[in-house]
Amino acid sequence: MSDYNFAYLDEQTKRMIRRAILKGLAVPGYQVPFASREMPMPYGWGTGGVQVTAATLTPDDTLKVIDQGADDTTNAVSIRKFFQRTAGVATTEETTKASVIQTRHRIPEAELSEDQVLVYQVPIPEPLRFLEPRETETRKMHSLEEYGLMHVKLYEDISQHGDIATSYAYPVKVEDRYVMDPSPIPKFDNPKLEMAAIQLFGAGREQRIYAVPPYTRVVSLDFEDYPFEASKADHACDLCAAGDSYLDEVILDDAGSRMFVCSDTDYCRSRRAAGHVGRLGEEAA
Amino acid sequence: MYVAVKGGERAIDNAHAWLAEERRGDTAVAELSLEQIREQMSLAVNRVMAEGSLYDPDLAALAIKQSRGDLIEAVFLIRAYRTTLPRFGYSQSVDTGAMACDRRISATFKDAPGGQVLGATFDYTHRLLDFKLAADGEVPEAPIAAPRMEVTPHITEFLQGEDIIEREPASEATPGDLTREPMSFPAGRAVRLQSLARGDEGFILGMAYSTQRGYARNHAFVGELRIGKVPVEMEIPELGFAIEIGEVELTECETVNQFKGSKTVPPQFTRGYGLVFGQSERKSIAMALVDRALRWEELGEDNLGAAAQDEEFVLSHSDNIQATGFLEHIKLPHYVDFQSELELVRKLRREAQDLAEQMAAREAAE
Repeated sequence: MSDYNFAYLDEQTKRMIRRAILKGLAVPGYQVPFASREMPMPYGWGTGGVQVTAATLTPDDTLKVIDQGADDTTNAVSIRKFFQRTAGVATTEETTKASVIQTRHRIPEAELSEDQVLVYQVPIPEPLRFLEPRETETRKMHSLEEYGLMHVKLYEDISQHGDIATSYAYPVKVEDRYVMDPSPIPKFDNPKLEMAAIQLFGAGREQRIYAVPPYTRVVSLDFEDYPFEASKADHACDLCAAGDSYLDEVILDDAGSRMFVCSDTDYCRSRRAAGHVGRLGEEAA
Repeated sequence: MYVAVKGGERAIDNAHAWLAEERRGDTAVAELSLEQIREQMSLAVNRVMAEGSLYDPDLAALAIKQSRGDLIEAVFLIRAYRTTLPRFGYSQSVDTGAMACDRRISATFKDAPGGQVLGATFDYTHRLLDFKLAADGEVPEAPIAAPRMEVTPHITEFLQGEDIIEREPASEATPGDLTREPMSFPAGRAVRLQSLARGDEGFILGMAYSTQRGYARNHAFVGELRIGKVPVEMEIPELGFAIEIGEVELTECETVNQFKGSKTVPPQFTRGYGLVFGQSERKSIAMALVDRALRWEELGEDNLGAAAQDEEFVLSHSDNIQATGFLEHIKLPHYVDFQSELELVRKLRREAQDLAEQMAAREAAE
């Protein structure tokens, strides 16, 4: 019980997943059902992303795994270890050196290239799910391009709160056709969804794969008078002084003092290596 | 001062080491053997085999030991192992009519060919803690009777003779397999039964119980409950005929349900069906009730809006490995999403406060 196939899954299963990926790339934003396998990690912990990565990896790939933007969060460590053990591929924490990046909840700050694949872990792939719990109904709505319900929801947000009250997993429309859940990334990341790399989304428990090919148009839903706004904490990183990165807020003491740090640990590290110093940068070093 | 959350890897390794130690417990106490679990915790083993969808008592015992007795965790271990096994082929349908019954009861007929066989059941035990067991587990030998050699016919066959219960025509169609094809709705009865058979016992029980309390009540009688071993046969291509490759223990429940008839069908009895690996009575009866509740459409009954009638609801939520994974994933880090919510709520509060101040200023001016 120690010998597994390369990247754990058997070749037949990988072929089945690759077919779903190709279909997803051919119909951007469309959720392709696939016969998701039981993985040795729990559903909800990245089984979809892991299956997509397993079907994508070749022995020459270099893999990076992040969770909340960071390489050293426990689940990222666990998934990286899984592929080190079952695929023996090289791993890296440097965004630019990775050929496949599996992520949960973030898009890296550094711009990705045509040589890279970004694999997202997706909990609930259906953007309409919390408006309509039935899969039979939501599939019908997608096929008829019937997205009125979503616009009504956004409108009701505005009438109630004065703003669209969605801050992550902010719905997008792909290539003017399918409304898609970009996975629970902060809406700050939404503009980055138009990129040079291939983006693959895997939802294991919900048995769905979808994709955004390179340079595909991805528009965050909004209204003319309430345009989409990619927001972040109004601070600079306290370690590397970056003003353009998504920030985590960290509570420092009982008195409630805070600091803000890049959620993308590799971005922060490379900036500090290049000599950028934030408000609390030296103390942290 | 803030230290970036490094060291996830060491924390994980140490947590695993601690877990292994906790699993073993006090080393002054003898370690459990797999044989002990398999022989003395057999109903737990059965549940793990049923919900893990893999008939292997030794592996189930190992999973129970490894999971410290957390049966859902044990089911998970079995499922994750099962998915790596190659498929050589499919067995022929087992014939439960040819079952060597250890237990066979009917709640609908006082006696019938094959008789009422109580078997090893808790049913009429008084639930009094047996303190003798704490000291000494030795038991007197149970009396032995000669085994019945004749086939034990299904109770529903007698009703079928009178044509008073719906016919269940045999089908040659290959049933769907939810472990190979993504679930889609309507799923059809075969996939529904597969899903219920591996579904969480507690969930299926709750669903079945809700039908008994009036949420789509279906007036179920236990026509028959039988437990025993059946041979599993498989056709070997090289041989060109089927041979027995082993046997499995099964619990089968057929319910007989009242049915007032519809526009096209005269009043008759209908069926609910439950079939589970091992001795799993509660699960098989519950499964039969839920199966019957889900058949409302096919039988032309009303949709009462009950949860147990809702195929998509029941099948989407019966799998405890999916459920527990998704439920427990909320303990994973969500700093990024929470941060964005934090910003949003702060912004909304600021705007609400500004609005309130403007209103107050306007009122003061008036």
